[in-house]
Amino acid sequence: MKQFLSFVRKEFYHVFRDKKTLLLLFGMPIAQILLFGFALTNEIKNSNIVICDYAKDVASQELTAKIEASNYFEIEKSLPNHRQIEKAFQSGKIKLAIIFPTNFGNDLWHGGKAQVQIIADASDPNTATTLTSYATQIIRDYEMSIRKTNAHNLQISAITRMIYNPELKGTTNFVPGVMALVLMLICVLMTSASIVREKENGTMEILLVSPFSPLLAVTAKAVPYFILSLVNLTVILLLSVFLLDMPIKGSILLLFFESSILILTALSLGLLISNSTNSQQAAMLISLMGLLLPVMIFTGFMFPLENMPRPLQLFSNLVPSKWYYIIVKNVMIKGLGLRSVWKETLILMGMATFLLILSIKKFKTRLS
Amino acid sequence: MSDVHVENLVKTYDGGQVKAVNGISFAVEKGELFGLIGPDGAGKTSIFRMLTTLLLPDSGKATVTGLDIVHDYKEIRSHVGYMPGKFSLYQDLTVEENLSFFATIFNTTIEENYHLIKDIYIQIKPFKNRRAGKLSGGMKQKLALCCALIHKPSVLFLDEPTTGVDAVSRKEFWEMLKALKAQGITILVSTPYMDEATLCERIALIQSGSILSIDTPQNIIKQFPDKLYSVRSDNMIRLINDLRTMPEVTSVYSFGDHHHITLRDNNLDGLLQELTEKGHAAVDGKPIEPTVEDCFIALMKNANN
Amino acid sequence: MTREIVIKTEHLTKRFGDFIATNAISFEVYAGEIFGFLGANGAGKTTAMKMLCGLLTPSSGSASIAGFDIYKQSEKIKKSIGYMSQKFSLYEDLTTLENISFFGGIYGLSDAQIKSKSEKLIGQLGLQNEMKKLVGELPLGWKQKLAFSVAVLHDPKIVFLDEPTGGVDPVTRRQFWDLIYDAAARGITVFVTTHYMDEAEYCDRISMMVDGVMKELDTPQNLKSKYNTTSMDDVFFELARGAKRKAD
Repeated sequence: MKQFLSFVRKEFYHVFRDKKTLLLLFGMPIAQILLFGFALTNEIKNSNIVICDYAKDVASQELTAKIEASNYFEIEKSLPNHRQIEKAFQSGKIKLAIIFPTNFGNDLWHGGKAQVQIIADASDPNTATTLTSYATQIIRDYEMSIRKTNAHNLQISAITRMIYNPELKGTTNFVPGVMALVLMLICVLMTSASIVREKENGTMEILLVSPFSPLLAVTAKAVPYFILSLVNLTVILLLSVFLLDMPIKGSILLLFFESSILILTALSLGLLISNSTNSQQAAMLISLMGLLLPVMIFTGFMFPLENMPRPLQLFSNLVPSKWYYIIVKNVMIKGLGLRSVWKETLILMGMATFLLILSIKKFKTRLS
Repeated sequence: MSDVHVENLVKTYDGGQVKAVNGISFAVEKGELFGLIGPDGAGKTSIFRMLTTLLLPDSGKATVTGLDIVHDYKEIRSHVGYMPGKFSLYQDLTVEENLSFFATIFNTTIEENYHLIKDIYIQIKPFKNRRAGKLSGGMKQKLALCCALIHKPSVLFLDEPTTGVDAVSRKEFWEMLKALKAQGITILVSTPYMDEATLCERIALIQSGSILSIDTPQNIIKQFPDKLYSVRSDNMIRLINDLRTMPEVTSVYSFGDHHHITLRDNNLDGLLQELTEKGHAAVDGKPIEPTVEDCFIALMKNANN
Repeated sequence: MTREIVIKTEHLTKRFGDFIATNAISFEVYAGEIFGFLGANGAGKTTAMKMLCGLLTPSSGSASIAGFDIYKQSEKIKKSIGYMSQKFSLYEDLTTLENISFFGGIYGLSDAQIKSKSEKLIGQLGLQNEMKKLVGELPLGWKQKLAFSVAVLHDPKIVFLDEPTGGVDPVTRRQFWDLIYDAAARGITVFVTTHYMDEAEYCDRISMMVDGVMKELDTPQNLKSKYNTTSMDDVFFELARGAKRKAD
């Protein structure tokens, strides 16, 4: 055990003394989150919308004023007829339309219940969901404010409609995507490179000649990257919660558990790559070319898998990060528990086990 | 019983196309300082890698401290120390970190075997907090030797420890080896420098994967087939060119400020006179005792014919 | 008789931060001379050699190589020198012929020149059967001989050899020196470093670097008599033992 710990300590020295790589390790996820997040928040502020007010009563105008007053929306114009809405959407200038029915105020004050319709352009599903949730929030606030001065059971329900992409296919959330990407890349790239570096330096020869089990050596090498990945994960989650206002709905513990399985899968993959290469460059190249692209394409966070040809969809089943992405989306965004992601978890565990066994079997205890 | 026993060891690469080690046999006694002397590509590194269980032989057998290099590889690994030809320590770790890392890997501590490395370590101790990558060649080598010794190996394999090292550092290194030998460690060392051969107790001269000769340096020198003479004159280049054209000169090689020659009839005076007649000035010659390098050249020629 | 000077340095110095790798060395090398450049590891040989080849800019001092200024005309210097080291010499994945024509082309030889020169060279080295073999498959000794021949293919004024015979077998090592003599006889200046002291004897003059300073520069004979010994080994020890620094 002491041997193992001393090995792990040595690996940490390597990691912390290579300042450039360390910067890259932590810079990459932060940059990605900020990049995606910045692009997203930019779009969400001052989005152009149209209002189609058939009621034109106090309530509808008060609500319109509230919407206009928010930072999120800029009313492009008011339309007299909802038939013009489609045209407005097609012009591409607006992201959202709000329709008040003829007797909005009447229904509210006398019936105690009114409806307002929100139509969003879901061709950009991310923006659409965010904007509708903003609009709903404003309506909810208005509802609260009128409840205070009037009857307590007043109710405004917002009916949301997505057009162009009603099922929100490929609804993407980049945070789980970035998590998958970062974990896969860092673990595979760093483990394979660090093992191959020992070969290049010739230290592998000395390690092999020592009574220290080579397999244990490899495990020890994986530890710092495992821990670093968890730290990275925490950073990503913190950024997404505090900077991007994206709450974690499900269990954080479950999230870390699932992430650990992916990390294990990636580490095994890295070990496998390091077995078949003798130079750091080759290891990096294989990890990047053989991994970056498939992970980007087949995880499902950049391109909706549903729109791909069948063979590619089938292929995507082989990419571990795809399953991880599904799990994280469900846990983090929908707040679901292990019960609803057990199938994906099992698949991911299966992949981890398979790769781990394969890489251990293939590990060489000699030079050739 | 011998500590290292090698029998008909064969190693090829690229599916048998490149023959690195060609049926080599030798034995090294306990506590012996044994040298593998030969140029690059002679197969020295392959032999060491097989004996340290890093490579599997194609055929043949070998034991190290009585253990089979193929089947008992795990056990061998805790009994041998190995210093590869290339500097193989962690350049981004300090001197002390490297040493304590290798101590732990071999299940020991620096303190436990400090007596073994003390004389060497003391020379690099002032730099113990310096990263290994920032050390000079000589100091790197000392650190590597400390790391290879830290677990008190019974057999020490040193693959070309003095290659690319200047003459002063080389001399120091051989002093260290002598001190280690006195501690009872069996040492196998390889080198391309023929002048280091006499510092070993026994040597194997190897070339193209085969052993040319194996004996004590003194015996190898005794076995030199001819009488050897050294000659010189005021123009050494012209001298060697002339010597090469003379039928009575059977071999001629330059050795620093002299040329070493063998003669068909061992008539040195006749030769010197002939050279003077050819216009050479300050002609001088005398019989000399061959060096290991002379023997190597002679054996190489034999092997090629 | 005044001999043509091909290398002339004056107070050539290279500093890396506080560290003075080469400290104000001044010397001259004559045309056609075999000049041995000796010193312990870390004495500053490599740094000096890199400056002379135009790979490193000196911190101070001046030097002219083949008549060209080391600061301003490094491109011209590179055309008039050849360089060969133990480490990177030829492309192992190209054949003998491909290597020759590649390096010939780099130095601006015409196709006809390359053709006639490579024929001559292959004949000289006896490589007829190895012409189309990959250089990686040749024995080390042949590789080194070939690398040297390629380095002097364009008839440079000076050829720099950095430990050209390290690890080479004793016979090939001597054949290599035959090639050096040939080149010198053709008027090419040979600037060579070595760890073999017998090879120091083959040089016309040798210089000894100690701690970045050029401690000695003379013929092997004069140095031996100065240090009152018969072997260059002793001269080297006497000088290098006093060295304080051993950094690479």
